[in-house]
Amino acid sequence: MTTTAELMDYAEVVERYDPVLGLEVHVELSTNTKMFCGCPNSFGGDPNTHVCPVCLGLPGALPVVNGTAVESAIRIGLALNCDIAEWCRFARKNYFYPDMPKNFQTSQYDEPIAFDGYIDVVLDDGEVVRVDIERAHMEEDTGKSLHVGGATGRIHGAEHSLLDYNRAGVPLIEIVTKPITGMGERAPEVARAYVTALRDLLRAMDVSDVRMDQGSLRCDANVSLMPKGASEFGTRTETKNVNSLRSVERAVRHEMTRHAAILADGGSIKQETRHFQEADGTTAAGRTKETAEDYRYFPEPDLVPIAPTREWVEQLRATIPEMPWERRKRIQDDWNLTDEELRDLVNTGAIDLVAATVDAGATQADARSWWVQYLNQQATSRETELADLAITPAQVARVIELVGSGELTNKLARQVVDGVLDGEGDPDQVIEKRGLKVVSDDSALLAAVDEALAAQPDVADKIRGGKVQAAGAIVGAVMKATKGQADAARVRELILERVGA
Amino acid sequence: MSNISRDEVAHLAKLARMAVTEEELDTFAGQLDQILDAVAKVGEVAGDDIPPTSHAVPLTNVFRPDEVRPGLSQDEALSGAPAAEEGRFRVPRILGEEQ
Amino acid sequence: MSDLTRLTAAELADKIHTGEVSAAETTQAHLDRIAAVDGDVHAFLHVDAEGALEAARAVDADIAAGTAPASPLAGVPLALKDVLTTKGVPTTCGSKTLEGWLPPYDATVTRRLREAGVPILGKTNMDEFAMGSSTENSAYGPTRNPWDLGRIPGGSGGGSSASLAAYEAPLAIGTDTGGSIRQPAAVTATVGVKPTYGGVSRYGLVAFSSSLDQAGPCGRTVLDAALLHEVIAGHDPMDATSVDAPVPAVVDAARQGARGDLSGVKVGVVREFSGEGYQGGVLRSFETAVAQLKELGAEVVEVSCPNFTYALPAYYLIAPSECSSNLARFDAMRYGLRVADDGSHSAEEVMSLTREEGFGAEVKRRVMLGTYALSSGYYDAYYGSAQKVRTLITRDFAAAFEQVDVLVSPTTPVTPFKLGEKVDDPLAMYLNDICSIPANLAGNAAMSVPSGLSEEDGLPVGLQIMAPALADDRLYRVGAAYEAARGPVLDKLGELEASK
Repeated sequence: MTTTAELMDYAEVVERYDPVLGLEVHVELSTNTKMFCGCPNSFGGDPNTHVCPVCLGLPGALPVVNGTAVESAIRIGLALNCDIAEWCRFARKNYFYPDMPKNFQTSQYDEPIAFDGYIDVVLDDGEVVRVDIERAHMEEDTGKSLHVGGATGRIHGAEHSLLDYNRAGVPLIEIVTKPITGMGERAPEVARAYVTALRDLLRAMDVSDVRMDQGSLRCDANVSLMPKGASEFGTRTETKNVNSLRSVERAVRHEMTRHAAILADGGSIKQETRHFQEADGTTAAGRTKETAEDYRYFPEPDLVPIAPTREWVEQLRATIPEMPWERRKRIQDDWNLTDEELRDLVNTGAIDLVAATVDAGATQADARSWWVQYLNQQATSRETELADLAITPAQVARVIELVGSGELTNKLARQVVDGVLDGEGDPDQVIEKRGLKVVSDDSALLAAVDEALAAQPDVADKIRGGKVQAAGAIVGAVMKATKGQADAARVRELILERVGA
Repeated sequence: MSNISRDEVAHLAKLARMAVTEEELDTFAGQLDQILDAVAKVGEVAGDDIPPTSHAVPLTNVFRPDEVRPGLSQDEALSGAPAAEEGRFRVPRILGEEQ
Repeated sequence: MSDLTRLTAAELADKIHTGEVSAAETTQAHLDRIAAVDGDVHAFLHVDAEGALEAARAVDADIAAGTAPASPLAGVPLALKDVLTTKGVPTTCGSKTLEGWLPPYDATVTRRLREAGVPILGKTNMDEFAMGSSTENSAYGPTRNPWDLGRIPGGSGGGSSASLAAYEAPLAIGTDTGGSIRQPAAVTATVGVKPTYGGVSRYGLVAFSSSLDQAGPCGRTVLDAALLHEVIAGHDPMDATSVDAPVPAVVDAARQGARGDLSGVKVGVVREFSGEGYQGGVLRSFETAVAQLKELGAEVVEVSCPNFTYALPAYYLIAPSECSSNLARFDAMRYGLRVADDGSHSAEEVMSLTREEGFGAEVKRRVMLGTYALSSGYYDAYYGSAQKVRTLITRDFAAAFEQVDVLVSPTTPVTPFKLGEKVDDPLAMYLNDICSIPANLAGNAAMSVPSGLSEEDGLPVGLQIMAPALADDRLYRVGAAYEAARGPVLDKLGELEASK
């Protein structure tokens, strides 16, 4: 596992091979309770405090399906243009693992609740790619293990493990694509764009937190290569532990270059699970299993079938919000944006933020300018996502409002935003604390003007004598005295007024 | 005859996580063979046109409202644990993958 | 004092509720009886004298305060099969793997009993995880049949039925997956009912085979069973397979039946349940019973259920398959036995070593059988086919119940055999359930009621009555009528030698 894999140059990879992708995304639903019991479904908490006989797998305990989770599953299926099963069952997937209390996972096998759908994915250059969805099914999450002892604190070399079942039984939806073919060199980008689109969709539907960093959205990437022009798929590998959108793209790209090097060398790909390593963007093989898994699926006898009536499905369909890509199209029309302006908005991830800022009272041009330019720069320099910046659209709208009313200059406004980003409070609190407001009180300004004129009587005389441009020196002095908080134009007016010019 | 081999029994024991003895392997191989031979009779009437029955009662759509119910305290949860540490179940080192 | 143990539950309830005797002295009388005879019978794995007396005293306090009893059985003590969880009271399922486990929660049946003011005397012995027909598969030693201490009391619920026959308890709870209530009832001359699947909550019933398991009432009379049935039955939101329908009026049906009139009732005799493998005395007892049903006014016809002969093989695929998955949770990680945790073994090895140590031979056999039947490549031939047989059996029942109101058969093909006689021959042991299994596969209601003693060995025989799902009341009507006509059987059992 320590040997560095040979990699082929990417340009050569795509010249010689066609990639085939298959993406499996697990989404944790943000229901109040778990999939099969009434324990709270919440991230964190003291270990083993969100547990009950059911999710701990105690002898005698029985599952009962969370109706809201089923509704979410159907809604997700509908948003992905899937057919919704008329009748389906849960099944038990049997395998032993200490983080799984019953040693079977209650899942769905050959009867998923949603199947045969698609999602249209927009690439960076605006090209739209349709990704076909094989199925979306319901299942439950496992507990979490903490590995103690050993050098790395990871599973290998650990002396023992500690188990927390707070996450056990949290509702999951697994969304599986059909094989994605014909993408050529854009395959890694398509993978990222697909997961991004899915994330945006799930967020718009408010069914999940979709936080890849917290594991509420997880992606397993299946990659295989076949020689250019071939029709039979090559052997695939499945890469897990892909914890960000960027990693999805990197993992696919890495596997393509690794597979290609092996194939070109006459080798063959081993069908296996690999783990993405964030640090260097490579993948590592997992432990080889001695025997092939045999999950011995059978219908879950403790749960009765689900047969969603068509009326129910239609009621749920009516609750599906406008999809992000539909919204983008509408916004482009409403705001009269060029393709390039829209792309800037989409690429920076600013569209929802701008819309929310507009909703909070700003004009779309101002809102767009702030988010796409200054705030986007801030996100980059602070190494975070735009949406994760510590400023709300309402706060941005307030800053825009203050600039519009002349209470802030653009330069001051940026300082106010910096203060908000640094956690100093609301824009008004930052202004207060930092004393940043434009000095618009004429009496205060007049005092500063008089003082400056008195200090430079010769300049005052020149102005009085008609050399109006000499006022610049007095303006400068006043600005200096007010630490730049005065409105320079108003200062100029006051100076001219004062000398009676 | 189903003729289940000793190796197959060993494989089943492994799948079922039971460290059976050599002696048990012999006994179980014989008995399972006999039982499987007897139960294979179900194949005589299980035609393609017969739908399978997984549940004795014809219920569908039994759901629970998405409301939090009181569960167990950490102490209760760990009360039966063979070993516990830091509010967690302590188990021997785990082979294999992080799931 | 000891006379209290000879009374029926209905009689005890009456005396307690009218203040003639106290619930505490009733409970104490049974605890004394247990102390006297259970050394020989071994019906109990755990006796909870303290808990039972406390519950009894609470009932007495209610009665003293003039509060209406919590239920018609308030104050009448009961023996609970050790497969139902009891908060803070040991629950072993007859397995070494759960030795010393104190559940942190009550089963719904347990909770309903508590709420009904029924003192729980203790937990009764059983075949490990309810797998067996003799109680010999208990990790804690077999229960003995009060009719002959050298014979089996039936299984898996041998402890519950033996506790009734030995007058250690007036009521008991059993569970029935393939006959585990009815077969022990038959071989001890007591009454046992498997309600309609979904009629009694399975929450807290440690699962053997989830789609077949059903808890039910056991008593010495049909009326007692009916009273207990109404206490434990009813919809439970904690069990998704629980039927959301009113509990059939079984007590009324038992009272109606006891008047001895079955005119207008059509009874079907299942043709397939006779012939080879059936003991002569059992068949003759059955014929006598059928004749008595006719005398009571019932119309008796013979019906054929041709697929019933496939019930046993289907059962021995479905039950082991489900059990192989249900028992996977006993892995030494969260509760129960753990061996070999000495730092040198991985979690996986500790699981395997613990399961090897903690499970008995029958459990291992069924877990492996089920693992095999669910394996890829074998699923269709075994598990899949068994589920199709289940459909055929359900259809046979449906066709039969078009013609008749209830079906009858012997409960078991033979009278209780000697301890150790079949323990090494699983297939011979499995044949005990041949008549009882179809009702489990179809989810119907079924009862065993004593039908006398077999002429060749003087040992008890049971009459099985089967009714359609949700028509449990028919069992009680026919059972009570037959019981009244037949007269008591358990009275023929002499006093246990040990108790003098």
